[in-house]
Amino acid sequence: MKKGSQPTFEETAGRYIENAQLRWNIGHATRTIRDKRQLVVQELDDWEELREAGRQIKQKVMNSLDRYLLQLEKSVIKAGGVVHWATDAEDANRIITKLIKEKKETDVVKVKSITTDEIRLNRALENEGIHALETDLAELIVQLAGDEPSHILVPAIHKNRAEIRELFKDKLNLKELSDEPADLAEAARLYLRKNFLKANVGISGGNFAIAETGTVAVVESEGNGRMCTTLPEALITVLGIEKIVPEWKDLEVFMQLLPRSSTAERMNPYNTFWTGITEGDGPQEFHLVLLDNGRTNVLADETGRQTLHCIRCSACLNVCPVYERTGGHAYHSVYPGPIGAILTPQLRGLDDKSAASLPYASSLCGACYEVCPVKINIPEVLLHLRNRVVLHRKKEGGFRQKTDPVHLAMKFLARAFAKKSRYERLQKMGRTAQWFYEKDGAISNLPGELSKWTSIRDVKPVPDKTFREWWRER
Amino acid sequence: MSNSRDQILMRIKQALGDRTDDSDDKIVREYNQKSNLSAEEITGLFEERVNEYRAVTKRITEDELPGELQKLCEDAGVKTMVLPTGINESWLSDLSEPVTLLRDQPDRLSKQELNECDAVLTGCFLGVAQTGTIILNAGPGQGRRVLTLLPDFHICVIRQNQIVRMLPEAIRKLDQTVSESGAPVTFISGPSATSDIELNRVEGVHGPRNLHVFIIN
Repeated sequence: MKKGSQPTFEETAGRYIENAQLRWNIGHATRTIRDKRQLVVQELDDWEELREAGRQIKQKVMNSLDRYLLQLEKSVIKAGGVVHWATDAEDANRIITKLIKEKKETDVVKVKSITTDEIRLNRALENEGIHALETDLAELIVQLAGDEPSHILVPAIHKNRAEIRELFKDKLNLKELSDEPADLAEAARLYLRKNFLKANVGISGGNFAIAETGTVAVVESEGNGRMCTTLPEALITVLGIEKIVPEWKDLEVFMQLLPRSSTAERMNPYNTFWTGITEGDGPQEFHLVLLDNGRTNVLADETGRQTLHCIRCSACLNVCPVYERTGGHAYHSVYPGPIGAILTPQLRGLDDKSAASLPYASSLCGACYEVCPVKINIPEVLLHLRNRVVLHRKKEGGFRQKTDPVHLAMKFLARAFAKKSRYERLQKMGRTAQWFYEKDGAISNLPGELSKWTSIRDVKPVPDKTFREWWRER
Repeated sequence: MSNSRDQILMRIKQALGDRTDDSDDKIVREYNQKSNLSAEEITGLFEERVNEYRAVTKRITEDELPGELQKLCEDAGVKTMVLPTGINESWLSDLSEPVTLLRDQPDRLSKQELNECDAVLTGCFLGVAQTGTIILNAGPGQGRRVLTLLPDFHICVIRQNQIVRMLPEAIRKLDQTVSESGAPVTFISGPSATSDIELNRVEGVHGPRNLHVFIIN
């Protein structure tokens, strides 16, 4: 993707907010999941202890990521798998394309994987004449519509049943089809079953990889994950390097945290754990592609590093007041919502204007931190990134940046707030200057650059007597 | 390729700078790992939680199993049933026409054959009461993963003493499977499901749409 080729959050968020149907769909979805999540989380009296253990395990992994990767590589090879390393999207796509071409295949089946969305794998394969069929119901809907996912867990949440019915009738050549979810699911089942049976190569992501044993986990609901990881002769799994956990035992923590935070179930219907190759059971060829694609940049930032703890549950999306109103598309990234607002800019770098706008797509209310199953302090990272964005602009911006009104105003305020006498003098000046703008005890109409602030909110005027003045008099 | 490997490892080293050794980092595991429920309470909880996924459970004695199986096949119209290697033969004693039994041995059943079967009968490795989960580890009476995937009806038999209360207990019992044999492990919690369309739960997308669990006292 060309840097800066995407719009910023502010540029398009307004348009998504105005789409009433979209807002209803997303609002309904996020409310439903977060209420359900609350119930299954309350049920566990050791939830906080689980979160803390989850955080500690992930932190331990990040502190020795190279060692765990080498251990994983060794275990996977020992179990009969092949390990590939990819520095970026292009590297990964080249490896995967080559593997499929060696098998002379033109059609492959795919389990939903955001990591493969991140590297635009489907498009890269399409360019090489390989069709990757999405088999998760929502991903299939998105793929058939030529659309983009809008939620980590339920990517087609922006579409309602009537829209899906029309899409299936058109693309799957069905004459009769109702808009009942059960009938729509049945249509997908029949269409995909044929493809599962004939596919020779499956592609998946992975939720966890165990360094000690080489075991990879796919967590899912529909059974398409089991199909793709069991039926084909060869399986290619793309795994972000941060998805490692040290030991099998660690899954007793994550397999409690993830389902309850994600689908809001005690356990999601299917989990598959495979260790390399098993003779006579499942694929007889297994390739694991370890992907960096900016993750080591995230690791290099001590405050931002915790972003790599993310297990992609999407609980933070469902509680976010900003996501609930704009939906996922406004983020212009495969990682939307609060986690996307901190992950995307770190993965893509701050030269990317679209990504650099995301840390501002938040009210800093902190709900995301509260629900995060691995305790990522998202507000802390958001503020840290805002600071980095400003410093980056200053460094790159040259003279124009230095004379930018916002920058100058901030500098001025920083000076004013640094010393009591300056602050009080400024208050007095404000009291004199504000008479022109004050109306009924509020200022709603400031001039010039300041009008951006008052165009959407009122400012309280400086009172006749400030607290300090009142205090001194007593 | 090895070039990418070196590059990534180098970037990680640079990113972490002068870190300290983590080998002494102990994870504080203060979450619940054991429970004091009685076997009867655990079984009751398991049954309740499996039912919540809209799977069917029935508690019976081992002697009743063959008759129950025959009745279930009749009621559900099961004509062909897949049997994994190592299935307990005494369970099958009452099964007769019109049910055809297809064994995955000595020749393995093809994907196509499995796809055309009505049902599959298996045992399992463990049950987890807390989450209503059945765990398969490809052991005797469970067979290859594909056997419990393509037929639309999964009939699973579990003994009361195979059910544990909590997930951590199950994970520890699986340690040997994963570390030593490396056999694949599958967690099944109710029938296949999706909530992708307006968050309406629909049972049965790709895996078996029906799950029936016999709990043997």
